[in-house]
Amino acid sequence: MRIGLFATCLGDTLFPEAVKSTAVLLARLGHEVVFPPGQTCCGQMHVNTGYQREPVPLVRNFAEQFGDSSIDAVVMPSGSCAGSVRHQHEIVAERYGDASLRAGVATVKAKTYELSELLVDVLGVTRVGAYFPHRVTYHPTCHSLRMLRVGDKPLRLLRAVEAIDLVELPEAESCCGFGGTFAVKNAETSTAMLQDKMRSISTTGAAVCTAGDSSCLMHIGGGLSRIRSGTRTLHLAQILGSTRTSPYALTEATR
Amino acid sequence: MSTFLGMPAAPPRSPYGTGNLRGDRAFPEAAHDELGNGQLRRNLGKATRTIRAKRLAVTGELPDWEQLRDAGSAIKADTMNRLPELLEQLEQKVTERGGTVHWARDGVEANEIVARLVRATGSRDVIKVKSMATQETGLNEHLESLGITPYETDLAELIVQLADDRPSHILVPAIHRNRDEIRQIFLDEIPGVDPDLDNVPAHLAAAARAYLREKFMTTKVAVSGANFGIAETGTLCVVESEGNGRMCLTLPDTLITVMGIEKVLPRYQDLEVFLQLLPRSSTGERMNPYTSMWTGVTPGDGPQDFHLVLLDNGRTAALADTIGREALSCIRCSACLNVCPVYERTGGHAYGSTYPGPIGAVLTPQLAGMDATKDDPNSSLPYASSLCGACFDACPVKIDIPSMLVELRHQHTQQSGTTAEKLAMKAAAAVMRRPKLYTAAQKAAAVGRVAGGRDGTIRHLPAPFDGWSDSRDTAAPPRQSFRSWLASAEGAATMRAAAEEGVRTTADDRTEDQ
Repeated sequence: MRIGLFATCLGDTLFPEAVKSTAVLLARLGHEVVFPPGQTCCGQMHVNTGYQREPVPLVRNFAEQFGDSSIDAVVMPSGSCAGSVRHQHEIVAERYGDASLRAGVATVKAKTYELSELLVDVLGVTRVGAYFPHRVTYHPTCHSLRMLRVGDKPLRLLRAVEAIDLVELPEAESCCGFGGTFAVKNAETSTAMLQDKMRSISTTGAAVCTAGDSSCLMHIGGGLSRIRSGTRTLHLAQILGSTRTSPYALTEATR
Repeated sequence: MSTFLGMPAAPPRSPYGTGNLRGDRAFPEAAHDELGNGQLRRNLGKATRTIRAKRLAVTGELPDWEQLRDAGSAIKADTMNRLPELLEQLEQKVTERGGTVHWARDGVEANEIVARLVRATGSRDVIKVKSMATQETGLNEHLESLGITPYETDLAELIVQLADDRPSHILVPAIHRNRDEIRQIFLDEIPGVDPDLDNVPAHLAAAARAYLREKFMTTKVAVSGANFGIAETGTLCVVESEGNGRMCLTLPDTLITVMGIEKVLPRYQDLEVFLQLLPRSSTGERMNPYTSMWTGVTPGDGPQDFHLVLLDNGRTAALADTIGREALSCIRCSACLNVCPVYERTGGHAYGSTYPGPIGAVLTPQLAGMDATKDDPNSSLPYASSLCGACFDACPVKIDIPSMLVELRHQHTQQSGTTAEKLAMKAAAAVMRRPKLYTAAQKAAAVGRVAGGRDGTIRHLPAPFDGWSDSRDTAAPPRQSFRSWLASAEGAATMRAAAEEGVRTTADDRTEDQ
């Protein structure tokens, strides 16, 4: 399959390891990974902060970069960016776009997937040849869980990882408190939510807290780092990308 | 004589509502105080966790729960689409059955109507059934200003009233109080209460019961809200747990019901759907203990003088908003409050309005506006959410609250002119629409590595990100973006090696064993 990789602006700029793991994993599974070089950002931050006119060029650019029919599917290592493409781009296009933008948005929307959806639903794999001999707990990010409805797909992928010690996260489905600009505009409430999430994580004794969104992990990881917790955060793609021949070395920095 | 045939002007927008629909501070400031209250957070955490579990148990046991939600949503959509005709039908039916219908444009008018009706009876006292509509209009304060004493008879509302406090939850208005605080309130405020009253819930309830019984037996006028009003029959319905409502609705001579116009339902049969949705979503019970229904006046049985006050107070303004009108479907079950991670930490007072939590964050700006002044506190409400979506999943009538919050944020930025934030958003979009500029910006960001010092961790960030860095470290930007890695010799070699492995594994025809 010819898969278009959307790095996301956050992944491309700040968390490239998660994107590298995604690219390598898909190539390792025998797929052709293409990276349209003109890609930038999906515009989610704009829309979620209340700006719908400003991201029109971003929405258009996304549709142009990935609209080509030679790209069978578009994948991104982010539930919230996939949610933005699938649910928000049409709102923006409807309100401020023209007919061609609306058509372009509909075309890419239909073939856009978050990583675990692509693997399980489209490529039909759960056992991706990963090896990760550490205790891991999984936080289902809100947009994966309630916007995309990825359900237990990430957990099925994790359960199939060789040597993993997967432990359940108590109150897993409650929000970590990130919420994009929410964490800036309502930093104290966000912190209160983060504290409870970190308390749940600490009860698992996990070495790694994983999720499908670098943004939520940036929030949780930033909190865990501040309290010098023994748990670090790692994107799901990095666990799935870790193999016996090329294992992830937990001692190095998380990025 | 000439007739002007120019462009028809847009009809004037219906006015916003009045009353307790606007706090005096923005949400983050109000939340700051509430978050500092450890007792409040423990009370709320415990109460919301308990009620969440109960709700999930009783909604999970119904095989047709999702269909019920769809039905509730569809009935409400139908209702909103033909609200004027349904209200007129309701008025006609109530009138036919001996009741009197009053129309109140806003809270002020509703309060005046109720006060006039109470005065006409000659009574100086009023007993009240728990009612969101009269909280919204501030009826109690208005009656008190005229020398009429309202007595709240719902236990939690009584606690709030005696403490001269404000409700913090739609269903459990005293959720922010624990039993020790309640004991003290009763000792201070209930005349003749046993001075040895302890904090056992049954004893506290008994003290309130003794106090209220006397009010029920002696007061000639009651004021209630309504959960539902049936257009087809003119029947009003109140759903409650304690039986105090039943007392108020049956014992007095005069009953005045204040109902928001969105509470109308087309058919009597629609109650089949809503009497399943409401208790299960609200208290987590299969059925609530007391469901009272009455139609006009029944000679010789119950109140002989019945008045229905239909309250607009911004609802027509909300109805005019194609997206905002969905908030009018709310049946005030409060399930969204109980699942909201923000509400759970801040409590209801931080929202500043009669309607707290996720539904309050969308309903309050719809009813009262959010751009009345430059820094209208209501404009902070749509941002009081991480957009986690738990409210949408819990809502028995499927109100898409997260999408409405995003829509209200958009409406607010459209109204607020040029702000620093808007300029920053424009600038960000301007960079991100040009891949070359974007790549240059990434390289500039990588220079920010120096801020991370030796361990690559940034501990302090400037405003407006200082709130973030108060409790979170930020990792310094990496040396290389993904795209520059991919374009590098290392990236190309890594991808080539992975592809070669891919060819081998595909040849092996690895079979899926899930």
